[in-house]
Amino acid sequence: MELLSNLYIGLEVALTPINLLYCLGGVFVGTLIGVLPGLGPTATIAMLLPVTFGLPPVSALIMLAGIYYGAQYGGSTTAILINLPGESSSVVTALDGYQMARQGKAGLALSTAALGSFFAGTVATFLLALFAPPLAEVALKFGPAEYFSLMVMGLVASVVLAHGSLPKAIAMILLGLLLGLVGTDVTSGTPRFTFDIPELADGINFVIVAMGMFGLGEIIRNLENEETRDVFSRKITGLWPTLKDLKQIVAPVLRGTALGSALGILPGGGAMLASFAAYSLEKKVSKNSKNFGKGAIEGVAAPESANNAGAQTSFIPMLTLGIPSNPVMALMIGAMIIQGIQPGPQVMTEQPTLFWGIIVSMWIGNFFLVVLNLPMIGLWVRMLTVPYHLLYPAILVFCAIGVFSLNNSGFDVYMMALFGLLGYVLSKLDCEPAPLLLGFILGPMMEEYLRRAMVLSRGDPMVFIERPISATMLAMAVIGLVVVLLPSIRKKREEAFTEEG
Amino acid sequence: MSFIRNPKDFFAGLLFILFGIGFIWLARDYGFGTARRMGPAFFPIVLSGILIAIGILIGVRGVAMTEDPPKGFTLKGLVLVTLSTLIFGFLVRTAGVPVAVALMVAASAIASQRFNWKPTLVLAIGMAIFCVVVFVYALGLPMPVRGPWLGG
Repeated sequence: MELLSNLYIGLEVALTPINLLYCLGGVFVGTLIGVLPGLGPTATIAMLLPVTFGLPPVSALIMLAGIYYGAQYGGSTTAILINLPGESSSVVTALDGYQMARQGKAGLALSTAALGSFFAGTVATFLLALFAPPLAEVALKFGPAEYFSLMVMGLVASVVLAHGSLPKAIAMILLGLLLGLVGTDVTSGTPRFTFDIPELADGINFVIVAMGMFGLGEIIRNLENEETRDVFSRKITGLWPTLKDLKQIVAPVLRGTALGSALGILPGGGAMLASFAAYSLEKKVSKNSKNFGKGAIEGVAAPESANNAGAQTSFIPMLTLGIPSNPVMALMIGAMIIQGIQPGPQVMTEQPTLFWGIIVSMWIGNFFLVVLNLPMIGLWVRMLTVPYHLLYPAILVFCAIGVFSLNNSGFDVYMMALFGLLGYVLSKLDCEPAPLLLGFILGPMMEEYLRRAMVLSRGDPMVFIERPISATMLAMAVIGLVVVLLPSIRKKREEAFTEEG
Repeated sequence: MSFIRNPKDFFAGLLFILFGIGFIWLARDYGFGTARRMGPAFFPIVLSGILIAIGILIGVRGVAMTEDPPKGFTLKGLVLVTLSTLIFGFLVRTAGVPVAVALMVAASAIASQRFNWKPTLVLAIGMAIFCVVVFVYALGLPMPVRGPWLGG
């Protein structure tokens, strides 16, 4: 069977001692930083990206993937223990998880989250292995016109499925695309928007944008409101679920996994949408629904499974099409480009060891997550006792050193400060930074595909609607926009994201 | 200001319009090219045009619809975090890692409501030592411990 032989290729790569070490290291560091309150996965990955630049591509991506689910799980730990979700995907986990912790069932909530995530991660890894090859096969036939339309569709979908104002999100994408064009134009050699500054000739490094807007921006936002935080000091007991608990979580975990996997594949989906949807669904179908919000174990099991499944399956469009569906995947694509890998369907055929190695390492990473996190929970709890006013100056220093080390240039650090300022001001105007980062990564690629498509069609823009696949994708983008703008659906969409939030 | 009923939308729209105009102005000499052979200005100018249009849409909404102004804006946090980052960028090569790190920690820590000199001082010195040991000596990042300003 091809699937098995592919997985075998992956196992051979992922099980080498050095890659196991990077996977373990990524999961560990990711959890360590993800546990820190007020730092979401995007900021965590941006901060740790420079560490991986010196590694060989496979190891770097394995480590980054490890950091990603480590950070995600760390965020859930924070949400459960001190009701402080590190980022949006653990908001719903905090609802019931924190209530469980207050009832002395913190251990059970944490192990439920870990086991649910592990199961979901296992299933999603297989789905990834199953669906990625046929999708990549289709994508290999894409020409520049299809790619351009695919990117339009991906960007539109990412704002349609996210929360917040639609025009503002689109404006943020456009701003991101424009900022992505800063630097020397590859076709003509013209330096664009560089103000004759030599550091800008190669463009702005995406790590600077991500760290400024997510890292610095989040720190400033946290400084707005420093209410006394509930420091968790109790000892965690009763880590292992009883048979009765297990029976209770089986169905929510299965439902969460199914829903999360499906939503993760959609462009713009991923962990956050998955966890919100799973919580709402569970609340509707569960027999225990009246206890939701009061410490229902189902309310932890379902969204935690869903967000991990979604996090995993969101790698499908990233690895096969080269399209990021969320800011974390945008960073992954950026990391691949830095490693000299052109993201897209050819990754699977040209670099099968890399492709399958990453997939298999995800499963191993999820395994590490369980064996590492449950016994080490005491350490994570101690991390939570560090007060924020001593933490954020240290985080700032790590961000600054990380950015400085990209090119040993103070200019990059200034740029990070500028993006931090811009990110904070925009977020105060209700403009989320995520779409900007997606646009920023895709900007140069989109321009390139647009140019090539237009050269091939001799300047006829009809090419985008004459080619069926391209036309379908553009039509889906238009339908997505129209649907969201319909008043009835717009109301529902707002409800879906504000409910419980 | 009275006609601006939703300052968040109004200023967001304005900001996007200004960005759009700025990019078009910068791209004015880059060469537009034709649809078949696009010049370096083609894509940016098209994007900026759409950005300005959406900016107008958002801004007009800000005049037409009422909503609460942004809450909890922290000028102190914004200024100090930005400033401490600039300090680090400026000092890391001139004065060296320990000075840059310690001053960055001190300057940013003032932004907290719970700022207190003593723990901040300990943190600043501790971070300075930690960064020198880990980043310069252990990881070998090319950053000076003693910059030219300190005779390094």
